[in-house]
Amino acid sequence: MTELMGTTGLILNEPLLWEKGKKGRCGFSLPKQDVEPSPLDPELTGEGPDFPDLSEVDVVRHYTRLSQWNFGLDTGMYPLGSCTMKYNPKTNERQASLPGFSGAHPLLPDTLSQGALRIMFELEQYLTEITGMDAATLQPAAGAQGELTGMLLVYAWHQSRGSRRSKIIVPDTAHGTNPSSAALCGYRPVAVKSNDKGILSAEVVSEVMDEDTAGIMITNPNTLGLFEENILEIADIVHSMGGLVYCDGANMNAVMGVAQMGKIGVDVMQLNLHKTFSTPHGGGGPGSGPVCVKKDLEPFLPVPRIVQKEGRYALDENRPDSIGKLQAFYGNFGVMLKAYCYIRTMGPENLKKASQFAVLNANYIKEMLKDTLHLPFDRPCMHECVFSDKNQTPDHITTLDMAKRLMDYGFHPPTIYFPLVVQGAIMVEPTETESKEDIDRYIEAFKAIVDEAKHDPDLLRQAPHKCKVRRLDETTAARKPCLAG
Amino acid sequence: MHYLPHTAEDIGSMLRVVGADTLDDLFSTIPDDCRLKADLDLPDPLTEWELNNHMEGLSCQMAVAPEYKLFMGAGSYEHFIPASISYLLGRSEFVTSYTPYQPEMSQGTLQAVYEYQTLAARLLGMEVATASHYDGATALTESLLMAIRITGRKRVAVSSLIHPLYRKTIRTYFEPSGYDVVELPYLENGTTDLGRVDELDDLAAVAVQSPNFFGCIEDLQKVGEKAHEKGAFFVPSFTEALAYGLLKNPGSYGADIACGEGQSLGIPLSYGGPALGMIATNKKYMRKLPGRLVGQTKDLDGRRGFVLTLATREQHIRREKATSNICTNNSLCALAAAMYMASLGRTGIRELARQNHDKAEYLKSQLKASGFNIPFDRPTFNEFVVEFPPGFEKTYERLLKKKIVPGLSISPFYPELANHYLLCVTETRSKEEMDELVRGLTIDNSKLRD
Amino acid sequence: MKKINELIMPDDLRYAEDHEWARLEGDRVRVGLDDYAQDQLGDIVFVELPQVGDTLKKGGEFATVESVKAVVECYIPVTGEITDVNKELEDAPELVNQSPYGDGWFVELNPSDASEMETLMTSTECVEKLKGAE
Repeated sequence: MTELMGTTGLILNEPLLWEKGKKGRCGFSLPKQDVEPSPLDPELTGEGPDFPDLSEVDVVRHYTRLSQWNFGLDTGMYPLGSCTMKYNPKTNERQASLPGFSGAHPLLPDTLSQGALRIMFELEQYLTEITGMDAATLQPAAGAQGELTGMLLVYAWHQSRGSRRSKIIVPDTAHGTNPSSAALCGYRPVAVKSNDKGILSAEVVSEVMDEDTAGIMITNPNTLGLFEENILEIADIVHSMGGLVYCDGANMNAVMGVAQMGKIGVDVMQLNLHKTFSTPHGGGGPGSGPVCVKKDLEPFLPVPRIVQKEGRYALDENRPDSIGKLQAFYGNFGVMLKAYCYIRTMGPENLKKASQFAVLNANYIKEMLKDTLHLPFDRPCMHECVFSDKNQTPDHITTLDMAKRLMDYGFHPPTIYFPLVVQGAIMVEPTETESKEDIDRYIEAFKAIVDEAKHDPDLLRQAPHKCKVRRLDETTAARKPCLAG
Repeated sequence: MHYLPHTAEDIGSMLRVVGADTLDDLFSTIPDDCRLKADLDLPDPLTEWELNNHMEGLSCQMAVAPEYKLFMGAGSYEHFIPASISYLLGRSEFVTSYTPYQPEMSQGTLQAVYEYQTLAARLLGMEVATASHYDGATALTESLLMAIRITGRKRVAVSSLIHPLYRKTIRTYFEPSGYDVVELPYLENGTTDLGRVDELDDLAAVAVQSPNFFGCIEDLQKVGEKAHEKGAFFVPSFTEALAYGLLKNPGSYGADIACGEGQSLGIPLSYGGPALGMIATNKKYMRKLPGRLVGQTKDLDGRRGFVLTLATREQHIRREKATSNICTNNSLCALAAAMYMASLGRTGIRELARQNHDKAEYLKSQLKASGFNIPFDRPTFNEFVVEFPPGFEKTYERLLKKKIVPGLSISPFYPELANHYLLCVTETRSKEEMDELVRGLTIDNSKLRD
Repeated sequence: MKKINELIMPDDLRYAEDHEWARLEGDRVRVGLDDYAQDQLGDIVFVELPQVGDTLKKGGEFATVESVKAVVECYIPVTGEITDVNKELEDAPELVNQSPYGDGWFVELNPSDASEMETLMTSTECVEKLKGAE
């Protein structure tokens, strides 16, 4: 490697908002008061919140400096496993900020909202086509709310058949949110173990599946980056006992145009538009977690439904079997819009290519690093691969140390210590938008770090060295929480 | 495709490393009967320039300001958003990062969220606030679940003047767990009737909204006392966060959990989402809060820094016993709100809130003077209910054609209130526009009377 | 993390399966978390304890212990009524790490049947069990 990606540059310290400013400043062009004052009852009037008074320049410098302490996908490679940190096209941001969309009130009559309704209607169609399912709702605000929606649909379906079941099967390679989403819907998650190939065998499912089990929540491809090859058999077992198959589709980026969930026994699944469909992650949201279902579950989808009649679009509230509403309005429209633009600019062939390249990149990293890092499941992976720190145990170097050292090389670390089935897991998801050169640099960085682990382990234990701050004291943060200044 | 960097040469050399002949070979672990045999049936790709035309065409089919004059709020409010906020919020270091799992390279997001938590807590008069939730409806629902968890009780009393769509959300979440939701009726003055609370046992929380769905400011003192008498949590909620620039905050009335919608704080309407769910409470309940929290700490050299904290409450650690399943939340919206609160400052938010109130009062007085009935006499903030004469739908349609949106009909939610409309006036409406609305209403009104 | 021979497991205590310890002190039983458990958890950041007066049945959940990235439930080793809880832990949960058998105790209870102590493991049995699981 000629020169490290990671370097140091001048960034500025910046105090907290309320440590700056001066009473009497304002960073807002206040409108003119054009009506007579009409004082509110003093009994109801407060003193006003204790906010600092800042000028517009104060505010702009503050957030510009803060932003420079962040590493984003636009800064560099961000191969956070399970999160699909792919490039966020800039044209999508432009479209979402068109005044016709950003200024649209959600309760306007349908006749005055045709543009938004058409986008949502068509996006539902695209997502059902990509998944091979029959219908979709865009209402869930994030993947986890999509999971909850899916569980509520499963619950409603069982109830409509006069049955009430108490359990749900959740494999150890499922996403972390699954058990709590199921529990929120009153289901008791029953854990099942994946086999020595890292996937679920039909036998373990048939051992636990019974008539008190509402179904299974399976992540496919799973969190080890492996396709659940026995999905058809598993679905048969679950269906034969009157259960439903929920698929966590957060990893859909691996199989667009390749596998169709609707044809392999999946009854309901969520997608994460902020993963597969390129909408930005925003430092932790907003996301969007649409849910796609097979015909049987359609009557239960949240209201309102978007319907089309003679070329006009409308919101339909009249669905007596619906589970109701997941949030006040229709979901994160601003996010859906970007996913819609993504699908329209990619088209069917490029979506398939995206999945192919995502899988190619992950397998390439797996092959290039498997002699360097321990690879617990050495078989073809999907869009992500999972290593561990087992080879570094003799050097007393952990996954955390290597992750922190990667920052000095100018990369965001992969997901670490997840999935739990692999001790010291290092979960790498490069996505299709990384070039071979960047991936090669990442591989070289990892090799150099593993070498450092042998020869200069303290370099890793003290890492990172080039960030704004060094390792932070998370113990004191949790013991004596300081959540507000 | 310009988002996909691989050249044919790259693909060839990488396939060789992987040991596959073709891209299709990469999917060998997917059983044949799971494969999609045909191509996806989706529209052909658009160029960036074609997309611009397509999207501009669609956006023109939307009724928005400044062409349309909205007098509609009901949970989603049109407010001015300074260019500085849209500009700062577009910085890709904020937009293209994820949940700050690696604090050393996420201090920007972390400090900004910590500042948001602080300003949110100050706005609501509470000690701590969460990093963000999806929207006001889910924030209220999660607050009620939190009260249920802490008290170990299974019933909540919810004012019928809480936003109807919020109440629907609560019912959706509560359906499988069987928690009982009791709706409290409303009084003639447009506030919640607390009479039924006395009869209820096993009560985990009493929730109201202030200003409520009719725009009326609730007597939070009384609600708080009643809730606490029953040993229940007092949970005041809101849809218009800007109101607390002027009104006494929920904390000053002894709120246990204050929650609601922060869209007014610098977040575009965007057809209802993304928005900003806000939850705040006091320190003694912080370990029971749902959602992400950022805390202040120090690094190895003793410098101030910030981390995600109290993670043991969350889904990835506490699994099915977690305080919530939330993972991705609405972080960027919280950042917008922090930027907005910082831009206004104490002086600015006070003035802006006052203008909202005064303008709404002006329109109210003009409507009264024109003979329209204002059915609820409780003080309001920037929304209020007007009773229009029967047959008003025609006037409504006519005003829509003139690009004026004269509020929201509330009879679909309150069938007993036929011809009642909820009107909203924010700082974005001028006196002239209000006068034009009144003129438009009175012309037809006099015709109807004739 | 400590090796098994480095663990301190005093002989005058009895141990439950999930590594709670119990010590008979007059007619009361004092309960805490043993050296193995505190070591496995690492830096303990929060301990949630029951109320004085709560009656708990052997094996029932009585406390929750949190480290930065883990959380465990603790189960009461003998049936009885809680007579005292260690309030120090509210502000100083690190006492569980520093002194698991001393200042880091959890609760004191009035046992319904003191002979239940005999059903718990001795120090030797507990260490043997750990070795067996290795």
